[in-house]
This record gives sequence, C-alpha cells and structure tokens, in this order.
Amino acid sequence: MTAERSRLNLRDLLSETAVALTARPARTVLTALGTILGVGALVTTLGLAKTAGNQIVSRFNELEATEVVVSAQSTGFGDNTRSLNVIPWDAQSRLERLNGVTAAGTVSAVDVGDDLARSVPVVDPQGQTEFQIPVMAASPGLFGAVRASLFTGRYFDQGHEDRADPVAVLGPAAAQRLNVTRVDNLPVIFVGDEAFAVVGILADTARRPDLLGAIIIPNQAARDRFELGGVESVEIDVAVGAAELIGAQAPTALAPNNPDQLRVAVPPSPRRVRSDVEGDVNALFLALGGVSLLVGAIGIANVTLVSVLERTGEIGLRRALGATRRHIALQFLTESVALGALAGVLGTSLGVLAVVAVSATREWSPVLDSWLPFAAPVLGAVIGLVAGTYPAWKASSTEPIAALRGVA
Amino acid sequence: MRSLRRSRGAPTPDDLDDGPLEAWAVPTAPAGGLSFEGEAVPVVVLHQAGRTFAGPPPVEALKPTDLVIERGEYVAIVGPSGSGKSTLLHLLGLLDTPTAGSYHLDGIDTVTLSEPERAGVRAARIGFVFQAFHLLAHRSIVENVMLADLYRPGGRDRRRERAVEALVSVGLEHRLDATPATLSGGERQRVAVARALVSEPSLLLADEPTGNLDTATGDQIMALFDDLHGQGLTLAVITHDRSVAARAGRVVGLRDGEVIEDRLVGSGMR
Ligand SMILES: Nc1ncnc2c1ncn2[C@@H]1O[C@H](COP(=O)(O)OP(=O)(O)O)[C@@H](O)[C@H]1O
Ligand SMILES: [Mg+2]
Repeated sequence: MTAERSRLNLRDLLSETAVALTARPARTVLTALGTILGVGALVTTLGLAKTAGNQIVSRFNELEATEVVVSAQSTGFGDNTRSLNVIPWDAQSRLERLNGVTAAGTVSAVDVGDDLARSVPVVDPQGQTEFQIPVMAASPGLFGAVRASLFTGRYFDQGHEDRADPVAVLGPAAAQRLNVTRVDNLPVIFVGDEAFAVVGILADTARRPDLLGAIIIPNQAARDRFELGGVESVEIDVAVGAAELIGAQAPTALAPNNPDQLRVAVPPSPRRVRSDVEGDVNALFLALGGVSLLVGAIGIANVTLVSVLERTGEIGLRRALGATRRHIALQFLTESVALGALAGVLGTSLGVLAVVAVSATREWSPVLDSWLPFAAPVLGAVIGLVAGTYPAWKASSTEPIAALRGVA
Repeated sequence: MRSLRRSRGAPTPDDLDDGPLEAWAVPTAPAGGLSFEGEAVPVVVLHQAGRTFAGPPPVEALKPTDLVIERGEYVAIVGPSGSGKSTLLHLLGLLDTPTAGSYHLDGIDTVTLSEPERAGVRAARIGFVFQAFHLLAHRSIVENVMLADLYRPGGRDRRRERAVEALVSVGLEHRLDATPATLSGGERQRVAVARALVSEPSLLLADEPTGNLDTATGDQIMALFDDLHGQGLTLAVITHDRSVAARAGRVVGLRDGEVIEDRLVGSGMR
C-alpha cells in the first residue's frame, strides 16, 4: 500500500483566505488601515505632483513660455551707467521681421526729474491734484507684446510715433489717480509743463504689471520732450516653442556689431520646470508615504502574528486533518498578501478620489500615470508578503501536538 | 446509517491482487504483519516503538512498545494522568514520530515517509476527535466538517454532500448551517466525530472525547462510538473512565509509559 501525499487545491486555498478575511470584516479593515493610508498617500502624492506639474506646464505655455525680454547690458556700477544706445529705436520693426515673433515693443522708463503729473492746467491749492506718476516710453507694438487689454479708447500707433504726437495711454491706476475716466473728449494731462492727450486707458496687462500705474507715451514724444537717451528693453511675445530660437536671434537683429552687450531673458524650458516641480513634491511626500507604508506593514505583521497565536488550535487541527507545514505557511501568507492587495486597492481608490477632489477645488484637470492604479495593489500585495513572512513561518513551525493541547 | 467500511478494509476480489505485495512491504512487522493471501493487514503495527522527549531532563514518555490493532477493533487506552496515553495516540495519529522502533499503518512504514506523505496518510487514513472539539468558530458546522477534505487527494468530489451525510450519520442533519457557538457540548463533539468520519478513515483516534461533557452527553458519544464500531470502524479511544473502557472490546492500560495491561473485555471476548 502506498502513502498518499497531502495536497491543497489552489481554489480551496483562495476560498479559505476569503473566508478568513470576511469572517471578521471590521478587524480585517483595521488590520489593513495603515497600508490603506500608506498606499493612499503615495497615490495621492504621485497623482497631485503629476497634476500640479501638468498644470504649471500649461500655464507656462500660455504666458511665460512665450515671453522673451532683451535689455541693455549694464556696463558699469551704479544707476546711470547703462549703455542706453545699444538697442536701436527701430527695435520693434527689426524684431517683427523675425519668424516666430508675434509682437514686439520697446519700453523705457522716462526720467522726468521732479515733474509731477496732473489732469488740470492750473494747480488747485485746495486739494491734491498733482502726483508723482512714472512715465514710460514705448513703441506701439509694446501693447501687443505685453498682451494688454483696453478699458476704453485706443492705443497710440506708428503714426503718433512718427509725428511725435503728444499722446498718452494711461495704466488703470494712473488714470484713477488723475481722475480720468473717459477718453472720447480727449482729456489732456500734464507732466510738468508738457501736455498730452489721453487716447486710451488700459484694463490690464499679462506682463509688465508696472505699466498699470504708469503714463505711457510714444518714444519720439519722450525723446523730444524729456530727452530720452535710448531704449532700455524690448518685450517680445513669441510663438509657443520659439522662445529659445528668438532669444538667440534677437541680439544680432538688434545690435549686429555688439550683440554681447544685450542681456536676453528666455523662459526655462517647460520640461525642466515639470521635473523640478515633480522632484520637489515627490521627494517630500514619497518619504511620508514610505513611512506610512512601513507603519502599515508593521500593522499587518503585528495583527497577523497575534492571530497566529489566537489560531494555534486551528493550526493544530489543520495539521491533524492533513495539512503540511507548507500548507499552513501558505495559508497565512496568502491571507496577508490578500490583505495587502486589498489594502492596495482601497488605498488606490482613496488616493484617486483625493486627487480628483483636490483637482476639482483648484479647477485643475487630474492627471495620473496609467500604471499607478495597477502598481499600487501590487505594492500592497508585496507589503502583505513581507509582513506575512515571519508570522507564516511562526505558524508553520507550531508543533501540532502542542497546538492541540489546551486551546479550546 | 451508511457503512463505514471501505475497500481496503475487508478485502474484496479487486483487492486480492494487491494483497501479498502489500504484505511484503512490511517484512519487519511482528504478529500478523506477514499476511496470507486474502488476510487483512493490521491497521496498527507498533514494533518496539518509543518516544523520548529531549530534555533537559529527557522524558521517556513511551517506553519501547509492541502493539497490534486489527481492523475493526475497538481499543480503550486507559491509565493515570501522565502515563503516556496522549503520547501513544499522537504516535498512532502520525502527529508525532517515534524516537525508537517502527510503526506501520495499513501496512505503510510511516517512519520513512516524507512530511507531505505523512500528512497525506493522516488526511486519508486517520480521523481525530479531541477533548476540546476544535471547531472553527466562524464557520457553520457543515463547513467545519468539510474542512476534513481540504488536504486530502480527491477531497473535492462531492465535498458538501459527503459532509452532510456524515452529519446525518451523527444525527445533526437539522443543524447544518448553525455555528458551533449555538450548539451544546454534546452536539459539538458529534460535529467533531462527523468531521473525523468524512474521509472514511482506517482508524479513528479520540483523546478523552467525553472529558468536557457531562455523564449523560458523554454516554451518547460513547453510544455513537459503539455504533461506529458495529459498522466495522477501527477505534482507539483514550479514557480514564473504567465504565467507558468497558464498552470497548479491548483495554490497553498504561503506567509510566509502559503497557501494563492488554486484555479483551465485553464484546471483544466473544
Ligand atoms: N512535548 C513534551 N515535552 C516534554 N515532555 C512531555 C511532552 N509531552 C508530554 N510529555 C511528558 O510525557 C509524559 C506523558 O504525557 P502524556 O502522554 O500527555 O500523558 P497522558 O496523556 O497519559 O496524561 C508526561 O510526563 C508528560 O509530562
Ligand atoms: Mg493526555
């Protein structure tokens, strides 16, 4: 007569596991809680980093990624040492010829000395009517280059520039201080003794917020009336993806003889921004997620170990019914792996919910790596495997005789 | 009640070809180990089997013992506490291995088996009934009985039906889906007996099965054992109750790890 070998069918093993985990559902969930939170934190972290990174990239694409600024290189120390003559007055038309430039305009601060601005010809001694308001000289293309929008009126144009017309566009803050609210009657403002007709009032600009509080006049008028010596900088709005190219071409276009006297500011490349952001966010929160996973693993290991002790009688019984040591180890290991995987699934769900919820409040579009929802349960299972190894070994090395004695 | 005899019990014509070969597989077995054509191999053959627990100090819980239990025998193992009854039963049930001598179960030399084989023999040929019942609290009684088929080759066939049949045979057909907590002690022990029977074992081992029961309920369990014996099942039951022992056909008395008494009584004397 031959001895039959003990065996354990895989389906039986899995159904034993299911019964064990569902027999006390509250205990199962509590055991898995640490891992649920750990996986949830990881998924949330990775998801939010991805989402935020994506968000930043798209914002950069819209604005910062399309802005190039060329300014005259400082040639010495102190305030008045800039070489103001490097950028030519026709900078705008030179740049507009370049492929990839959508708009360009010069902008320079005008030194008006102690001159104050006012909107009435005579100084009223009763109240304050004179203000110190910055005056900026611009070429007409500046408004497009800073993506300005009008509150009312119009921008000055190349005609005004060519004729050196004394016209002005006011930033909204400047208009308010000067008490100018409409331009259909071409109100006149004074800067010192010089009169300017206001042709428009800005609503907003996407770049150069300093323009919002300034009086903006054409370059030629500034040269004639305030002896503006040269162009300070050029704002260039470029097509998406053209920033780097324009940044390289602009100095030669503006100053073929001494391009190195110009300083060019181009936006950081989008990919770089994305990895920086993800790197920062990830490093911190991944560490937190890792710690909670460790705590989760210890939680599973701890409760599984306790349950091995509680179930000593069951272990002895199973051995008596024909289970081998391996079967016992397999049973406890399968339980903790299933528990870990379950925690992974629950944690992933929580994490995805959190990413979606946060995105909703910020009006972001949630972005998640597609592998993440699949990898997280696997991670949970691995944690279960690691956490269950010692308890399973402990269970399998329980002697059936000792296990059957005493315990009811 | 269904018959608990299986083909490897009383030989049928189908078995005859195997008979002599099986016998030759146990050449060292004493008295009855060498069988003639058609004669049954004893269920249990212990030859100078002993068990010493390594110390310190070492305890010789069972001194080298010869014991043969024929198929269909009902053996009561008696003796004072600490005399080695449980040690003997664990050896018989392959839960423990003798540190000396040999043990053949159904003609199989158990000492040389690998662990999966020992466990498999345990699953297929041994049924246990414990003093403490050892039912799983979170499972219905039919599930508890089905557990006995988990580790047994072929145990998946008609698992539930066979569990139900076993529960019917111990008179619990009306409590199939109850949990153990709702059962009386006697009912719990009957579930444990059903679990031990479901694999149609060669040998049913019980360690003080009535120890946790009152006298009347204990008597019911013993009556159940009488029934099983009547159907041809081989039983070895530990008890320290002499009146319980009287129901068996044979009493083996132990003291200090030694068999001091081995005699036929009652039905066994016929
Ligand atoms: N695992 C063990 N380690 C050491 N000694 C043991 C062990 N199991 C039983 N013994 C000893 O063996 C002897 C017989 O025990 P046991 O077979 O349980 O007796 P019984 O069941 O007759 O009361 C006792 O002296 C007991 O202390
Ligand atoms: Mg005992």
